[in-house]
Amino acid sequence: MTTHQNPRNVKPHPMDSLLRTERIPHIWCPGCGIGTVFNAVLAAIKNTGWDPNSIAMVSGIGCTGRMAGYIRLDSFHTTHGRALPFATGLKLARPQTKVIVVSGDGDLFAIGGNHFIHAARRNMDITVICVNNLTYGMTGGQQAPSTPLGAKTTTTVSGSPEEPFNFCYLASSCGATYVARWTAMQVRSLRSSITEALQKTGFSFVEVITPCPSSFGRRNRMGSPLEMLKFYHGRSVIRGDIDPKDAAMDIDKEIVVGKFVDIERPTFLDNYAKFNRLQIPHWRSTS
Amino acid sequence: MSAREVLTGTHFFNGDQACCEGALAAGCRFFAGYPITPATEIAESISRRLPQLGGIYIQMEDEIASMAAVLGASWGGVKAMTSTSGPGFSLMMENIGLGICTETPCVVCNVQRGGPSTGLPTLVAQGDMMQARWGSHGHYEIIALAPSSPQEMFDLTIRAFNLSEQYRLPVIILADEVIGHMNERVVIPREDEIEIVNRPKPTVPREDYLPYKADENGITPMATCGDGYRIHVTGLTHDERGYPGMDAKTQEQMVSRLVGKIRNNREKIIKTKNLFIDDADVVIVAYGISARSALQAVRDARSEGIKAGLVKLETVWPFPDELIRSLAPQLKAFIMPEINGGQMVLELERCAGGACPVHLVSNFGGSIIHPGLILSSIHKVIKGKS
Repeated sequence: MTTHQNPRNVKPHPMDSLLRTERIPHIWCPGCGIGTVFNAVLAAIKNTGWDPNSIAMVSGIGCTGRMAGYIRLDSFHTTHGRALPFATGLKLARPQTKVIVVSGDGDLFAIGGNHFIHAARRNMDITVICVNNLTYGMTGGQQAPSTPLGAKTTTTVSGSPEEPFNFCYLASSCGATYVARWTAMQVRSLRSSITEALQKTGFSFVEVITPCPSSFGRRNRMGSPLEMLKFYHGRSVIRGDIDPKDAAMDIDKEIVVGKFVDIERPTFLDNYAKFNRLQIPHWRSTS
Repeated sequence: MSAREVLTGTHFFNGDQACCEGALAAGCRFFAGYPITPATEIAESISRRLPQLGGIYIQMEDEIASMAAVLGASWGGVKAMTSTSGPGFSLMMENIGLGICTETPCVVCNVQRGGPSTGLPTLVAQGDMMQARWGSHGHYEIIALAPSSPQEMFDLTIRAFNLSEQYRLPVIILADEVIGHMNERVVIPREDEIEIVNRPKPTVPREDYLPYKADENGITPMATCGDGYRIHVTGLTHDERGYPGMDAKTQEQMVSRLVGKIRNNREKIIKTKNLFIDDADVVIVAYGISARSALQAVRDARSEGIKAGLVKLETVWPFPDELIRSLAPQLKAFIMPEINGGQMVLELERCAGGACPVHLVSNFGGSIIHPGLILSSIHKVIKGKS
């Protein structure tokens, strides 16, 4: 069997070498922002110049979780919310592998919220890309921990009564070494930010505000996908080096974007090796 | 590394320590866990030993994360385990299912305590037998082993790793509080006397590798992260390439192979220790701590001239249905002692198929089953009072 062929004779894509082309077309809706983020991740991986065999992607469940199924790397599509603890085990077993976690706001911060804060606290050497579309897309648009106060979803038809998280503030307060936020319209900044995050040692976190026109946009009368993109972009204000607690994430007023945290801190493995007087890793592999 | 991975010699260990040493002897180099009585001593022991051997111990935020980390480590190419008790075992069910579906070798030791819920944290029970079999959603087969002593904790932990590597699934050790906490002699053999099984690896080039294409035994060679095969691993129903297939045909193919690789190798997996069964009129089928009560009862019965025998289950899942089926017609009855309201006895009844009566001797947890209760049950059978 040849897995690497292009079955439809479509024009080659510059990222084909990192794609499971036999799995295209993907499942994402027209106008969805995940493809843009995916492209930025692939470009960032190319920017690093790393051997693709030394990179792994781990995802949870949801629309963004499917990214792991399309990337031609060692890729793991795990259970809902559990991408980070799975990635923690993977990274500790193979410290030489660069581990990228991609997942949605619901996966990372609702069902997986506890894992997120602890992975950041431990400073696991993992890069986390959060596609924040303000809702649960895969299940048809329910209220998420990112849903703005008053926004309409299928489970909050009169408006969400809950205040959303500020993910960047949460990440930085838990100890992340790199924290940034962009919208899916700011592609160049996003690409270079993900590249920086990948090259950063420690727990690095990039949030991307992306349009979900099929669910969130439709229920909140936000217009076409392009109009949604432009809306988020129009609300965004670039403010580097701002304290993450002041980096507002409010689609009705202001979406503060930029790089908020870039610090050095010993990772879990640094400290583990230090306190146990070890050279990590010294594995007896099962192979 | 000056520390020895196999502590050859004679020791006075509790069952939890013996489990730790069995794991290390089997090649385990990763442990993720969360403190819980009565399994904490496994985590404490292995947290001290693993760094000496270049391994990783990590205390996760809960048992959900522990199980997920164990799967991740296994895909990183390292033998991995966790340990817990009932409440934590409940939380692990989600990712035990992922381990089944993605065929991830690893070991989970459940040192059982009284339930339901928080129950009796410091006291014995055997109430998680059916949870081990069916606790995660969907239809699957599982392998579970039940040690009856600290020595067996050591031996069966090694066997659990070997089975998990050979058949590529999470293997459960169903211990209990008494086995975990009792101190006894544990003899650890020389390293070269311990049989170690490692997962089969693919030998074909990347373009020819189908990660979930099985050999005639239903087993698939396992490429792990960094081997260059660029695998895709998903808990969605998947085809031989590992890619999702959302249709009845792919589901049928995948699940029938997952089930078949255990069912078709039952003879190699199932182990029992049989005592005095050839001429027996009544046979006790028992496992874990209850097998020791049963052994005493059988000895007492024999000293009275009663033809009693014992089938001690080393593997509780899969259940030794053929052995039970072949014994049933010659018996006056089977008796099963267990510290729950009657769980494995349902399997015993199913396999006996009405060919002889099946009696349960049980309590709901908190204490072991006194041999005298089993002996009384034997007396009733022999006197025809039941």
